[in-house]
Amino acid sequence: MSTNGESPKEEPKADPRDPSGFLSEIIGNAVTVKLNSGIVYKGALQSVDGYMNIALENCREVADGRVIRNYGDAFVRGNNVTYISADSI
Amino acid sequence: MDEKDEAHEPLDLVRLCIDEFVVVKLRGDRELKGRLHAYDSHCNLILGEVEESIYVAEEEDEGEAPRVRTVKKQSEMLFVRGDSVVLIAPSEGVKQ
Repeated sequence: MSTNGESPKEEPKADPRDPSGFLSEIIGNAVTVKLNSGIVYKGALQSVDGYMNIALENCREVADGRVIRNYGDAFVRGNNVTYISADSI
Repeated sequence: MDEKDEAHEPLDLVRLCIDEFVVVKLRGDRELKGRLHAYDSHCNLILGEVEESIYVAEEEDEGEAPRVRTVKKQSEMLFVRGDSVVLIAPSEGVKQ
């Protein structure tokens, strides 16, 4: 454990029990992304970065439980994200 | 697909949209459609041939669903500050 600014040694495989490890673990999965505005996006998670920017494939925009729009691919800026949920693993 | 193929970052998707038409959702119920000339890591964007759509909710009587009025504006060239960007998608893949 490092508590004083010393970065731990680079791990060979991300630990699924830490948040970024969880995110890299669910790359390729169907996910639900909820934004602060309440809008939900569903799609296949292509990639995530440190800002929690997200790329989704075959993305559907859902509001009040109804699909209101389809995007082939979509980039979501990380600051708008409330949560990312893996639909199934 | 092996793991190295997946090791892209989300902004690569934006890079692939350079010189193409994109749909950009912004904060405050605004949307832009235009040709993406440039972007950076803040999602600051330069868009050309832009159509801006502003969705305005109109007050309705009790019990009626609020009606949405759309105001459209055209711009030849636009600089968009990244902090108002919510979503960027290639325009060709969008189905209403």
